[in-house]
Order: sequence, then C-alpha cells, then structure tokens
Amino acid sequence: MIILAFLVQTLRIATPYLLAASGGVLSERAGIIALTLEGWMLTSAFCAALGSFYAQSAWVGLLCGVAGGVAAAALHALASIRYRANQVVVGIAINLLAIGVTRFFLRLAFDSSSNSPRVAGFDWYVPTGDSASEPIGLLASLVNPLVILGLVSLPAVAWMLANTPFGLRVRAVGEKPEAAESLGVGPARIRWAAVLLGGALTSLGGVYLALDQPQFTDNMTAGRGFIALAAVIFGNWRPTRVAIACVLFAAAETLQIQLQGLQLIPSQFVEMIPYVLTIVALAGVVGRAVPPAALGKPTGG
Amino acid sequence: MTSRVDAGRFATTWLAPIIALLIAAIVGDVLILTFGQSPGAVYRLLLEGTWGNAYGFGQVLYKATTLTFTGLSVALGLRAGLFNIGAEGQLAAGGFAAAIAGLLLPAGTPVLLAAPFCMLAAFAGGGVVGAVPGALKARFGASEVIVTIMLNFIVLAFLNWIVATKLHVGESLHTPPINAGTLPRLSDVAHSFHGSAANATIILAIATAVAVGWFLFRTRAGYDLRATGLQPDAAEYGGISVPREHFRALTLAGALAGLGGVNYVLGYKQYYEEGFAAGSGFLGIAVALVGRNHPAGVPLAALLFATISQGGLAVNAIVPKQMVEVLTAVVIIAVAVTVPEVQRLVGAARRRVAA
Amino acid sequence: MSREPDARGLRPEARGTAESRATSHESPFLVATGIRKRFGAVEANRNANLEVARGEIHALVGENGAGKSTLMRILAGLHDPDGGTVTLDGRDVTGWNTRQAIDAGVGMVHQHFMLVPTLTVAENLVLGQEPRAGIRLDRAAAAAEVEALGRATGLVVAPNRLVSDLSVGEAQRVEVLKVLWRGAKLLILDEPTAVLSPPEVKDLWQVLRRLTSEGSTVVLITHKLDEVMEISDTVTVMRNGETIGRVATRDASPAAIAKMMVGRDVVLAGTDRPDAIGQRTEDLPSHGNSMGSDSIEHDLSGGEKSSVQSHLTPLSVLSVRDLNVPSGLGEHAVRGVSFEIRPGEIFGIAGVEGNGQSELVEAIAGLRTVSSGSIVLGTRDITVLDVRMRGDAGLSHIPEDRHRRGLVLDYPLEDNFILGRQHHFTRRGVLDRRAITANGADLVKSYDVRPPDARLPAGALSGGNQQKVVIAREMGREFSVLLASQPTRGVDVGAIEFIHAQIRAAAASGRGVLLVSADLVEVLALANRIAVMYDGRFACVLPRSEASPEVLGPYMTGLAGKVA
Repeated sequence: MIILAFLVQTLRIATPYLLAASGGVLSERAGIIALTLEGWMLTSAFCAALGSFYAQSAWVGLLCGVAGGVAAAALHALASIRYRANQVVVGIAINLLAIGVTRFFLRLAFDSSSNSPRVAGFDWYVPTGDSASEPIGLLASLVNPLVILGLVSLPAVAWMLANTPFGLRVRAVGEKPEAAESLGVGPARIRWAAVLLGGALTSLGGVYLALDQPQFTDNMTAGRGFIALAAVIFGNWRPTRVAIACVLFAAAETLQIQLQGLQLIPSQFVEMIPYVLTIVALAGVVGRAVPPAALGKPTGG
Repeated sequence: MTSRVDAGRFATTWLAPIIALLIAAIVGDVLILTFGQSPGAVYRLLLEGTWGNAYGFGQVLYKATTLTFTGLSVALGLRAGLFNIGAEGQLAAGGFAAAIAGLLLPAGTPVLLAAPFCMLAAFAGGGVVGAVPGALKARFGASEVIVTIMLNFIVLAFLNWIVATKLHVGESLHTPPINAGTLPRLSDVAHSFHGSAANATIILAIATAVAVGWFLFRTRAGYDLRATGLQPDAAEYGGISVPREHFRALTLAGALAGLGGVNYVLGYKQYYEEGFAAGSGFLGIAVALVGRNHPAGVPLAALLFATISQGGLAVNAIVPKQMVEVLTAVVIIAVAVTVPEVQRLVGAARRRVAA
Repeated sequence: MSREPDARGLRPEARGTAESRATSHESPFLVATGIRKRFGAVEANRNANLEVARGEIHALVGENGAGKSTLMRILAGLHDPDGGTVTLDGRDVTGWNTRQAIDAGVGMVHQHFMLVPTLTVAENLVLGQEPRAGIRLDRAAAAAEVEALGRATGLVVAPNRLVSDLSVGEAQRVEVLKVLWRGAKLLILDEPTAVLSPPEVKDLWQVLRRLTSEGSTVVLITHKLDEVMEISDTVTVMRNGETIGRVATRDASPAAIAKMMVGRDVVLAGTDRPDAIGQRTEDLPSHGNSMGSDSIEHDLSGGEKSSVQSHLTPLSVLSVRDLNVPSGLGEHAVRGVSFEIRPGEIFGIAGVEGNGQSELVEAIAGLRTVSSGSIVLGTRDITVLDVRMRGDAGLSHIPEDRHRRGLVLDYPLEDNFILGRQHHFTRRGVLDRRAITANGADLVKSYDVRPPDARLPAGALSGGNQQKVVIAREMGREFSVLLASQPTRGVDVGAIEFIHAQIRAAAASGRGVLLVSADLVEVLALANRIAVMYDGRFACVLPRSEASPEVLGPYMTGLAGKVA
C-alpha cells in the first residue's frame, strides 16, 4: 500500500522529467546541445495554461503548449544551426527569455505576476475522499494522457533511434556529420527535425506541469529542465538508461517528501542528488559519460 | 594592410554588440506597443528613472558593481576558452564566506582590517567552488559547462541548508549581521544618493577590473592563459600546460565571482541572505559577451545591463518590468548570433580583397 | 630558355597525348580538363587534367600537396571547381554535388574514412538509402545486402559488427562496399593502402581486378610507386596542382615517374664538379616554374666539413636511440629509429608525409611521449624533459604547421617572438614589455619580416613572413640543435631562399640541424646526410654524395630498403 503510493507519486513526479529528457536525448544525439529544456518547458507550460483557459479545454491547452514549446525550439534551431551561434549561450539565453516572456504575458493576459487562474486539466478520474488512498484511486490518478505519454516517450525515442531511417540519420549526424554529408544526407535538415521533435516532446512535460496544478505559476518548472538534462548525461545519452535515471531522481524526491516529517536527510541534500550524480558520471568514476562526438560543433560549411 | 586589419578588428569588436542592441531595441518597441504605450515615452521614463535621478543612478551603480564581478568572472573563463556558467553559485558562496568572516571577527575591528579580511574570504569562497570544475576539467576533461551548471544547484542547495538549519535569524533566510567589515555607502558621502544601495564596493569593482586587465595583458600567467584560449596547440608548443591553465582559469573565475558577494554582504545589508543576487550569475554571461571579454568593456556592459534592469522598475507602472528580462535575453541571443555572422562576413571580405 | 626534354626524353608537346595512352579500351570515360581550385590563399589545383578510360585501373600519383585529392573530390562532387570542365561519358557534369555523383555511379573511398564508428557495418552501408519495412528500418534487409555484396565482390564483413571494432582493413572494405552498393561504376580510392598490411593490400588488388573485369573503372590515388607498377594500367602524374603527364604503366619506369613527381627538368650533379668548389649552392625554389636546367650542386663545404669531422672524435649534438613513438591509434608511428647529428651537420629526413616523420619530430621536441628509446641533446638526456626545459637546454623547433602550432595568430609579432621563452622575458611574474618590444623590433629587422611592425597580429602576415617570424624566434636564440619540419611549406620563393640561407648559417656555425621535408629537392639542396623514412623506420641513410632522386625514390616509395 505504502509502496503503491510511493510508486504512483514517483511516476507522477517523473513524468515531466521523462518527457523533457526524451526531447533532450533526441536533440543531443543529433549533435545540438540542449541546455534549453528548462525554457522550452516553461514556455509550453504557459501556453498550455493560456490555451486551456481560453478554450476551457485541456486538449486545446495541450496543443497550444506544444506549439509554444516547438516555437521556442525553433528559435534554438535557428540560432544554432542556421547562424551557428554558440549553443551554450543560446541555450541559456532562451531559458532567460522564457522566464521573461512568460512573466510578461502573464501580466498582460492575467494581470498577475505570480499565477494564472485555474484552468481546465485532465481530470478523467478525480479520486475524492477516502478513495483517494485506495489502490484503485491511486492507480486511477495515473490515468492521465501525459503520464502515459511520459512512460512511453523514452522507449519510443529509443525505438525510433534504433529502428527507423530517421533515427539512424540522427545517430550518424550526431557522431560524424561528414560521413552523412558525403552520402547526401544533409546534417542541418536532420538536426532541425530532431530539435523540433525534441521540442515537442519536452513541451509535453511543461503541459503536464501546467495542467496538473492546474494552473500556471511563475517559474513553475523550477529547474526540472536541468534535472532532465542531468538524467540525459547520467544515462549516457541512451534512452533506456536515461529513463531509469529520471525515475531514480523522482524516487529520491518522493522519498524525501514522504520522509519529510522524519528529518532523516535534509531535503536540500536530496535535491542535490541528480546534480552530484551527473558530475560523478562526467568524471568517469562510475563508467565514463561520453557524449555524441559532434555535440555542440556547428557543421562547417 | 594595417588599416584593413584594424577595420576588421573594429567590426568584430564593436559591430556585433551594436547590432545586437539595435535588435533588442526593436523587440522592445514591439513589446511596448503591445501594451499600448509609446516607445518614446517608455524610454524617456526609463532614462529618467535610472540616470536621471540620484537614487536611480545609485541603484544602477549598485547593480553594475555585482555584474562587473560576475562579468569579469565569465570573461576570464572565456579568455581561457572555457565557459563558466557557475557564477551564480560562486557569487553566493563568496557572499556567504564574507558573512561568516564578518561574524567571526570581534565587533569593533577597524574596517581597514576587517573589510579586506572579509573580501579575502569571499575571494576564497568563490575560488573553492571554481576549483571543482577546474580540477575535473584538467584531470578528466569533464565539460565545465555541465559541471558548473550542476554545481550551481548543489552550492545553492547546500547554502540553503546551512542557513535554514543553523544560521538564520528568526523567520528570515539570512544570517545574523556581521560584527565588522561594513563598508560605507555612497549616500554617506553624497547625500543625494540617499536610499540607494551603492557602496564602496564600487571602488573594489573598478580595482578588480584594472587588476584583471593587468593580469591578462601584463603578466606572464595572463599570456599563458590567453594563449591557451586562443590556440591550445600553440600554447602546448610554447611549453604551456593546458590542463593547468584550465584549472587556474576556472579557479580564478570562481574567485572573481565570489568577490562580488561583498557588494551585498559588506556594502548593503551586512548579512548573507538567500537569493541575494539571483540572476547576476547568468547576467554575467551577457555582460561578458557584450563587453567582448575585455576588462574595460565588462564594466561598461555591466552599466548597460544594470540600467536596463533598474529601468524596468522605473517603467513598471506603464509596462511590465518583465519586459527588461525579455530584452536582456534578446540581447544575449542577438550577440551570440551576430558575432559569428560578422566574423564570417569580415573573413569573406578579407579573402576577396586578398585574392 | 627552351624547355628541356624531361627524363623520358619526351618534349613538352609530346606529353599527355594520344601517344602515351596505351590502353586498349575505347573512348575516355571520365575527362577533367583545366581544373582550377583555390582554398583561401592556397591554389590546390591550377591546371589539372585527367583522362580515364572505361574499365581500367588508373593511378593518379604525386607528392603531398600535388592536388590529387582535391581533383578527385571535385570529380566526386564534394567541391565546385573554380574553373575547368568535367565530363562523364560525354556528359558535362562540372560542379555537380555528391548526390548527383553517387546517382551517376561515381563513388569515392576517402583516405580518412567517412564511417560512423558507433554504427554497425550494415547501418553505415545503407545510411541515406535505407531499406524500409513500413516506417521501420529493415535491418534484416540491410544485413542481407551486406552479405550478398560481400559474396559478389569478395569483400566479406560481418554486417552487425560495430565499425569501431573493425580493423583498418575491414573498415576499408566497408567503405568500398558503400560505394559499390550505391551502384558505383567509377570508384575513386584515395591512398587506400596507406593503412593496410601487405596481405591486405593483396586482397585489395584482387578485389579491384575483379571489379574491373566486370566493367567497373578504378582511379587510385597513391604515392607508392610499387603499387602503381603492380596494379595500374595508366598513370597520371601531378605536381604543384597541375598535371605533368600521363603514361601507360607498362611503358614507364618507376624512376622516371618518381622524377616527374618530384623534380622538374633537373640534371643532377651526382658527381663533384671541380668548378663548384667554394661556390654557393643555388637555392632552388621548391614550387612553381619549371625552368630549364637548374642544377643542384653538391654543397662541398658541408661535405668537406664532414670529412674533417671524421678525423676528430665526433661529439654528437643530438643522439636518438631506438626510439619508439606511439601513434595514438594503437600502433607505433616511429619504430626503433636511431641516428646521430654531428656539430655543423644538416641531417635530412626525406620521405612522403605520413610515414612517421611528424611523430618523430614531435617526440624529439617534447610534444609527444615516447614509449621507449632515448633522446640525448649534447650530453644531456632529455627524453623525459618537458618542452620548456628542452628549449632551455638548447633545442629549437620550427613546427610543420605554423598556423596551428608555431604562432598564436591573434597575438602581435612581438608576443609570438617570445612563445616558448616567456619565462626569459618575465620579471617577478610581470612581462618585461620593454624587453619584448626591443626583441621584437630587433628580430623583425634582422630577419627582414614584412611589414616590419612587431605590433601587428601574426595572422595579418603572408605565409612566408609568418614563417620568417617562426624562424627568427627559433634561430634568434641560443640553441645547439634546430628541428626544422617542412620549413618552406607554403612560402614564396624569396622567403625560401632566405630560410635556406638561415639553415645553412646555423650549421656553418657548428650547430646541428634536423631537416624534415617532403620536398626532396629541398632536402637534397641542404642536407649533408639523408635518411629516408618509410613506415616508421629509416629505409636508408646516405651521405649527400650518394643521394639523388633516382636513388632515394625507391626507398621513399617502399620499393627498396625493407630493412628489419
């Protein structure tokens, strides 16, 4: 029972990580650094709230959210691929841009600097009262299209990379773009596709956050995009491992929440876990984390 | 021949930031218009609220001071070819260290002893945080971008824990006031600045910029560091140990950012407070970029971004102050995009002339 | 000055005409005429021609920098030519792209493999034209293709192995399969045997013969003349970006081809001419004009000196023993090299690039670790010393790549003049600007650097002047041994003479010079003793009096001197 509750909460916490990380994996495997996951998620969260509010529909919110996230991804692609700007700088700038833009339009649309009004979320089955802690109730709370998408996203990306022509080209372009180019496969086109698709996946993470509350609050992603990036690195850019990392990080969070009263480990230290693990992975203490060889290098010519 | 070289240099140094600022101004105009206001009115209000009155200008100076430190930090890293994204954490660590040092000192210690002592602590605090990515880069080749980003979270969480559990005062998230080392405010000297946070750290900031410039261009260590950033293969040929330079650069960058903590802790509130300079680390990246990584350009860029930031508060009545956050980000993207473009155009022009 | 006959006795007009086309195949399949291509300041092709007949194996030979790879890359669609035309089977295909070239049946196997190491053989093969089963990548079909093609051509590789696990020979097989699978009828192979062992080379020849017997055409870019003689039907020789001549293989001799590759119309004074005593050796520009009967004369002053030296007990200024240097790819780039340089001697290492010369120089300079062996400078063992200490001990190094290693292009000249010796211009951590500026002004004047402004960034100077800066730095200080690696590469004629004079002066004053150059003319002009480096070893070491392109050529191309 407690285990079930633990599991359910872990999965719900993991959902934005899984979605954002799947977008991150796709982008980085194609060779484009994805420091912007945070910005894409925040943008999509806001757009989702906006759409859901005006249309009174969670599905419209989802579409708007994805549109917003993809727009942010398109900006990243334009600067990084077309203009070959430094991807780290652009990534950080887009994160800052997202914070500013969402705050600006939050003021403009809802005349608030902290949150939007409540919007329509995915409440297919809202457990009430006692049944909220029954097994049925707990499991039902997982019946949320976004949670399901989250569970499926990384396996889907894994499958796509390994078993589709597009996935093959992504992998080639991220490791050795010259090889792809010599065979007539243009790296720029593939990277654009990977970044836009990655943006769409990451957006779903932001949509989930917004529609789960269900509202948009200022800076509601709160660093989740970076945790997702940490999972990508810690998982060595392999989708299955990244998924495990996401669940791991979420589990630690859940643990900390449930044990909060017990004051065993200070919450701040639990917060640190994903970041410490990533640094450890980079230092190669537990098996070296090796990024795609062409990551971050703009294609010459 | 010389004039052509100079023209090319001029273009890549000045043209990119100018174009970036123009782009940002255009975006700003658009945003202002969506709010139904006139750009002219907004810009005038912005100038009045920042450089037009003493209090506003004092605030600009205060913010520019912190940004100078973080900007120098990022700029130094970039000179060595490294990306220090960790200025946020380094700044906080430095401020915290200064606060602790100030608490350790007995009350009544003369400021001429106490302040340098606390400043040294801030320098060391940031340096320790900077040494971690430095060591990992030198030893394992670990990406300093990722390590510094991750370390930011770790450091901030750690500091949060220390303050929240052990050192906080009452319901707040700040440490007790320091016993010694308080720096005089600008308002102590010029009464019209009353109310603004500007303080003697300004002098430290200018001195630090001068020191960094002297270090980079006059010392042998600076020669080695710049060579490493420009052409690591040639540096190696010249007997320079690239990993060692990487370690030194990141450690020093951390120390510079840490020193910025003095502005708040010694000069403004006399204690360390959680989130005291949130965003200054990331803004430092913008400052370094627009300042073209030069110790003379960084303070100017810091003034620019401080003006924009303070200006946001001034215009908040008619346009959301978040607009300046948007503009700041636009400037960064614009600079990031125009610099390679301008370099490419200059290179193409040079080749056409030479052929 | 009339154009002299070349070594084959053919006059200029007679070269490259129908007379020399000896194949029995029909009209030419691939024709490139007057190709020009420039990369920045470098003119890679200036008048390149090629005529390949259908079904033949055509060898394209020349030294490094001759322009062979550039020409073939243009043919394969990787670059657009600045001028000239290309026709395939009569159709004008000038300036096409890789996709079009592939579709037309032209496939190139590059010298540096274009394989993605983290993908499997099958994945690399089908990339860009993947077989599909619905939206899925049909792996089984891809694997089947690899196997079928392997059976048909004899190039067998397991389809599901990762490319990073393959041996170099196997990886090359995949490269060939790649182009064949795309229907290549014209295969271009760029230095394919550079990385193969002798048995693997034999396998490759079998494959090529099989392919041509089935109607394919092969162009082989190589510098190894033994292979040319063994496998090719026709040979085209390039030098300095232009085509020098074309000849049927069975009508040519390796020595003649070597001379076309390496020299111009040169009459070698292998014997000492009495009136040459005391005469300064003519400096020969190593690029450009083929001007009649310039001659290389034996540097008798050097020769005399070495005979005088042999009466004294020679104290070597540099002694290298059994040096083994790893190449970073698991092999050894330098295998058991030993030699000594005496005071006043210029020791030249000739040979085509890629045979270990770079690694040897880097190891001596301290930029590369050695796995075994010793390096002694004078009386001091420097094998484990770092670069700076070697410099202080008296070792100067002119690196082969001045843009990457030798200069910091953004630094002003005066800062470049102290690179490697910063510590001599530092007082208590601070750079001594006055000394640096004085040093800079001084060197700029004495080495005639133009423009004579030491404040200019190094990147603003021409190639020749940049090299002068490097030389001024390396030779304007105290040194006992100078490592000069490709010292006149990319340098204009006037600067070349100057540089050669500097090198001679260094030796004349009793110091030792290690000269490594892919330009045989340069080595012959300067060195007292010449070693030829092939495949990581010294194939021979000869005094200058016994050396000539005819003698050295076979060693350079692996035909002779397979010494254990």
